Amino acid sequence: MAAHLKKRVYEEFTKVVQQQQEEIATKKLRLTKPSKSAALHIDLCKATSPADALQYLLQFARKPVEAESVEGVVRILLEHYYKENDPSVRLKIASLLGLLSKTAGFSPDCIMDDAINILQNEKSHQVLAQLLDTLLAIGTKLPENQAIQMRLVDVACKHLTDTSHGVRNKCLQLLGNLGSLEKSVTKDGEGLAVRDVQKIIGDYFSDQDPRVRTAAIKAMLQLHERGLKLHQTIYNQACKLLSDDYEQVRSAAVQLIWVVSQLYPESIVPIPSSNEEIRLVDDAFGKICHMVSDGSWVVRVQAAKLLGSMEQVSSHFLEQTLDKKLMSDLRRKRTAHERAKELYSSGEFSSGRKWGDDAPKEEIDTGAVNLIESGACGAFVHGLEDEMYEVRIAAVEALCMLAQSSPSFAEKCLDFLVDMFNDEIEEVRLQSIHTMRKISNNITLREDQLDTVLAVLEDSSRDIREALHELLCCTNVSTKEGIHLALVELLKNLTKYPTDRDSIWKCLKFLGSRHPTLVLPLVPELLSTHPFFDTAEPDMDDPAYIAVLVLIFNAAKTCPTMPALFSDHTFRHYAYLRDSLSHLVPALRLPGRKLVSSAVSANITPHEDPSHQFLQQSLERVYSLQHLDPQGTQELLELTIRDLQRLGELQSELAGVADFSATYLRCQLLLIKALQEKLWNVAAPLYLKQSDLASAAAKQIMEETYKMEFMYSGVENKQVVIIHHMRLQAKALQLIVTARTTRGVDPLFGMCEKFLQEVDFFQRCFIADLPHLQDSFVDKLLDLMPRLMTSKPVEVVKIVQTMLRQSTFLHLPLPEQIHKASATIIEPAGESDNPLRFTSGLVVALDVDATLEHVQDPQSTVKVQVLYPDGQAQMIHPKPADFRNPGPGRHRLITQVYLSHTAWTEPCQVEVRLLLAYNSNSRIPKSPWIEGGEVSSQVETSIEGTIPFSKSVKVYIMPKPARR
Amino acid sequence: MPEIRVTPLGAGQDVGRSCILVSIGGKNVMLDCGMHMGFNDDRRFPDFSYITRNGRLTDFLDCVIISHFHLDHCGALPYFSEMVGYDGPIYMTHPTQAICPILLEDYRKIAVDKKGEANFFTSQMIKDCMKKVVAVHLHQTVQVDDELEIKAYYAGHVLGAAMFQIKVGSESVVYTGDYNMTPDRHLGAAWIDKCRPNLLITESTYATTIRDSKRCRERDFLKKVHEAVERGGKVLIPVFALGRAQELCILLETFWERMNLKAPIYFSTGLTEKANHYYKLFITWTNQKIRKTFVQRNMFEFKHIKAFDRAFADNPGPMVVFATPGMLHAGQSLQIFRKWAGNEKNMVIMPGYCVQGTVGHKILSGQRKLEMEGRQVLEVKMQVEYMSFSAHADAKGIMQLVGQAEPESVLLVHGEAKKMEFLKQKIEQEFRLLPDAKKPRLLHGTLIMKDSNFRLVSSEQALKELGLAEHQLRFTCRVHLHDPRKEQETAMRVYSHLKSVLKEHCVQHLPDGSVTVESILIQAAAHSEDPGTKVLLVSWTYQDEELGSHLTSLLKKGLPQAAS
Repeated sequence: MAAHLKKRVYEEFTKVVQQQQEEIATKKLRLTKPSKSAALHIDLCKATSPADALQYLLQFARKPVEAESVEGVVRILLEHYYKENDPSVRLKIASLLGLLSKTAGFSPDCIMDDAINILQNEKSHQVLAQLLDTLLAIGTKLPENQAIQMRLVDVACKHLTDTSHGVRNKCLQLLGNLGSLEKSVTKDGEGLAVRDVQKIIGDYFSDQDPRVRTAAIKAMLQLHERGLKLHQTIYNQACKLLSDDYEQVRSAAVQLIWVVSQLYPESIVPIPSSNEEIRLVDDAFGKICHMVSDGSWVVRVQAAKLLGSMEQVSSHFLEQTLDKKLMSDLRRKRTAHERAKELYSSGEFSSGRKWGDDAPKEEIDTGAVNLIESGACGAFVHGLEDEMYEVRIAAVEALCMLAQSSPSFAEKCLDFLVDMFNDEIEEVRLQSIHTMRKISNNITLREDQLDTVLAVLEDSSRDIREALHELLCCTNVSTKEGIHLALVELLKNLTKYPTDRDSIWKCLKFLGSRHPTLVLPLVPELLSTHPFFDTAEPDMDDPAYIAVLVLIFNAAKTCPTMPALFSDHTFRHYAYLRDSLSHLVPALRLPGRKLVSSAVSANITPHEDPSHQFLQQSLERVYSLQHLDPQGTQELLELTIRDLQRLGELQSELAGVADFSATYLRCQLLLIKALQEKLWNVAAPLYLKQSDLASAAAKQIMEETYKMEFMYSGVENKQVVIIHHMRLQAKALQLIVTARTTRGVDPLFGMCEKFLQEVDFFQRCFIADLPHLQDSFVDKLLDLMPRLMTSKPVEVVKIVQTMLRQSTFLHLPLPEQIHKASATIIEPAGESDNPLRFTSGLVVALDVDATLEHVQDPQSTVKVQVLYPDGQAQMIHPKPADFRNPGPGRHRLITQVYLSHTAWTEPCQVEVRLLLAYNSNSRIPKSPWIEGGEVSSQVETSIEGTIPFSKSVKVYIMPKPARR
Repeated sequence: MPEIRVTPLGAGQDVGRSCILVSIGGKNVMLDCGMHMGFNDDRRFPDFSYITRNGRLTDFLDCVIISHFHLDHCGALPYFSEMVGYDGPIYMTHPTQAICPILLEDYRKIAVDKKGEANFFTSQMIKDCMKKVVAVHLHQTVQVDDELEIKAYYAGHVLGAAMFQIKVGSESVVYTGDYNMTPDRHLGAAWIDKCRPNLLITESTYATTIRDSKRCRERDFLKKVHEAVERGGKVLIPVFALGRAQELCILLETFWERMNLKAPIYFSTGLTEKANHYYKLFITWTNQKIRKTFVQRNMFEFKHIKAFDRAFADNPGPMVVFATPGMLHAGQSLQIFRKWAGNEKNMVIMPGYCVQGTVGHKILSGQRKLEMEGRQVLEVKMQVEYMSFSAHADAKGIMQLVGQAEPESVLLVHGEAKKMEFLKQKIEQEFRLLPDAKKPRLLHGTLIMKDSNFRLVSSEQALKELGLAEHQLRFTCRVHLHDPRKEQETAMRVYSHLKSVLKEHCVQHLPDGSVTVESILIQAAAHSEDPGTKVLLVSWTYQDEELGSHLTSLLKKGLPQAAS
């Protein structure tokens, strides 16, 4: 169609003056393309010195090359390559060849022969390496072509004997990326020998250069990644490499051992110097554990990380990792953990420490002590004590993964995790708290452990405290003293850091509902009730008292005997809290009160759910109306929108879908209404006023479509098409409204042009989805596109208008999982009457704390907006580090916003709200050439528009005039 | 055969007075020059007359190396250099050079001013001695003279502690000094590369101990202090001025910071202030956390820890005080102890070992009524806690270091003989096959030194240039094979057998009846006496030694019974 279109354009070349200019511009663009190689050729010929040529090549590399002209450019480059004597220029050419062969839409097989040819005559090692890199690029571009791959592998094998490590590196890389497992017979003299890539790579495990050894291992790993099964024989070779002198070799070897252990976990390997045999995965586990005490921290991190994913290892080995076999003067000693456990079980926990408490007990047989080769022994003890926090974090992560798969191990590693709560680096502490939360299903905390855990509640870092609250939400406590202890510590935390209020309440809610029987005996004490006397009624606004009540009420939910212990005012307070803090206080079955149940059974899957059915039905009803009279359509739409909104409020899990569809229907409704306007029938001069409504509708539809596209997570491509289609209709509406309201033709030209560009853009972006859009607005529009391109603006508007009226309502397929992004600003609360005073011209920092739900990629999209009373608006981009991710789909923004203004006479309120920035251009596919260039990064960060998605909070501020 | 002679003048099989003489490649090096705490007579210093009876030591020693600033490693230095007489270079790291004179001066003061000893070194001597010191950086190779070079590695233990590699020609010795393989709150772990020395001289204080995780210890310590402070009690921590004191300070400081505690922490003044100053300066010698955060805040710029004044001891309310000396035998720590002992809310934490007879030892062993001077009886009601913070490597750590350095042999010093015996046995057992540093490798290239410039060329080219013929070393081996058939057939069978076994190699049957495997030649011949036995002649070059020996062992096993 494009060709056809062009022809038409040329035919009417002389008719329209304005268009001529446009066309010349496009034509120019086209003309530059073929000249690319020619220009390069001229440049290179002009170059007098290698330095010049290099400069030209560098300049050339900055601009992208289209797929059609790649071949020409390659020819020129090759031609120049043969003539060039300077290795650095040849190097650059070689690298350019590689880059060019990656161009999308260019098939590089034609340059392969040349590349191999020049490879054979090349003397410089650097250029050789670069050429091999180019071959690698070519090879990866043509993954299906077996013959080429084999040829490349042959080339690589030939150059493996090169004296330069760089060349050998690249050869191995090539083998790793392209070598196939199928054995191919070589053509050269060796005749009968059979070439096996793994064998060839394996031979370079003992190369003299550590870089080559590393490359060999990496190539082997690459083979594995590509799905080739490695031989088990590699295991022994890799084990030898563990004692290599160079850290990068050891690091890669650890990885290789891990890979092999995952491939052959059950095969049996002999233990050297004894007759015993063990499973390979156990042996590998022991070896990797040994690497946790390696001399280089890079290797230690690698080893610690990999340990976590070795789940098949037998529990006997696993538990050894936590056992260091302490001794003192050759006598067995118990660890502090063991002692703590004993003290606890013997019931005399509070005893003070005595000197010699840890006095060693029994003698150890000197022969039985194994100081090094005990493999797994104490690996985690070492890892968790490591000097580098990277290693410690890796060890904690590994502990977490292993504990998740083995409950008995989880129980054992608890002591160590608890110890990590006192690490010197906050990140490590946080990580260990998170880890503990993840494995909390498998464990029950002992009282002494709980004690240590709770001590961290006093930490000054908010993240740590909140993570700990989360942890407490899902821990199992064994005794009622434990619960009491936890409550006391949490209340202490509350008085020390009042801002933690919400988090603590939430924590107590879960603590209560998890341990109703343990809370029950504590109730009289907690409520300070007395069997005979009435006690004073506590202050209802005291956060600590509310905290206690939250704990009790949540426990009472599953413990019907508890309300009997409440005093009168407790019931009153219940009623109050149930209303004011309904998310924390559950509905209770209280004597003399009817239970207002919101019995939502969570077990029903959404599809069987009647409400889901209702949603489906009401939507189907709407979509089936195609030929209803306009009045009826509007009413039905309005009704359905109302239904959906109500449904969304009632059923939180359907809120996303209901809102999404309601928004779509609203757009449709607006469109219909706008088209029903009288203005289309009256004469031009009269509709000036009324057109407000139509253009407002168009604007609103645009806004709603942006919301639909960017505010919901889980929107798929098929929805995006429909949304864009709706937006296109809105733009069409805008066009025709402006056409009617403005006089003169001149401004229309631009608008028409723009609209047609939009249509073109739509077509390019969603070409694959066009078949689904039968009979729609855009479908019809595209049919008439050639005519539109040549018509005058007035005609275009007419055509568009009729088509807009005729177009049918598109069915919006419902996505599987859809959630509306939402945000709540917790802080500032907007309650304060005391203005924030600061000197004008200087800045004041305002702490903003907000929770974000279902926001994708909040780091780049969420912005904070500050609206000053004078209408001045400021948009603040929070730092990526200000976002925390406490759970899937949830984010937390804790940031500081700087406010500043000129002096005011009165304190006044500024509004703070969160915005969701979007950029619809981000969906355009990019060419690989530009990737990483400076241009694309700009496109990425630009913001097209913003959607407010949180309630705004008012902050009272007062910039004072500066004193002199 | 390299000859390395080691003579310990102290701390051979005991602790204290570390001083080891090493003769290596004709060079004499003295490692450490310490004093012994336990003696007050001549035995407190090493017997330098062993080196020479008359004449200056300078003629006999090429250099002296001090591993760290503890007095049992550097205490005899002024005596040695100024009173006995040594003018050669003394090597130590920068922090050691800075802190060492403070400690020596302190030691001198106690010996001369308090105990009134005569014939002791003077302040001037300390100064003169320090002038002979050459400071070295970590991993800096220092050329002492044309042949002798030394290099320092990080050792943990205390600020500035280092391990030294001493190298003459191809022979080398590593001396560890005291070191710690587990990092603590202010220092990192010892580290050495795979330098493969001929001899590793390592300390072995904890040869028979494997220590528990330090985290438990720290947690206990913090919990104890925290509880006491919350109760409103006062906590006394008697410490020695340097080393552990700083670790505990950091520990408490970060804890106070984290927990937002307000109770004051005091540090008794004197020596400590100067020392803390050096800790602030030598950030590069500390652990990762302090190194990484010092840009924002130097961890040794204590926010919560202030200098102590005598009057503060009577202040009401909770407080934590670090006071010297560490064993409660005299000085400020004892004064404070006497003031606070009567209150059961208070607490004293002993962070280290106490010598018998000191107050510290008495209260640790549970004594509750102490007789003070002047027949006073002090009743101890305060809580007494013991916590061991030690910075020596344990048995596992020592083994780890041995594994890291891969020495040919190991010499254990600085420990008890009986414990060393155990460790010796363990090292022998677990490093039975000590890696052979000079194991034969194939020649990859040749370094040609000609007209004072170097060139690296391939061995073939070197041979050509030098006009040498390659000398081929071939091994031959006869394998007797019982096989009544003809030679040709035997060869054929050998061929097919090898072909099936050695899949990875190129096995060929040559027309003259011999078989080749890569470059190895196998010929079959009839035995001259017994026609039923065939002799297989196997011949291979030195380069193919591995394959060749594999092949002969394979052939010696005999051929499989012919299937046909």
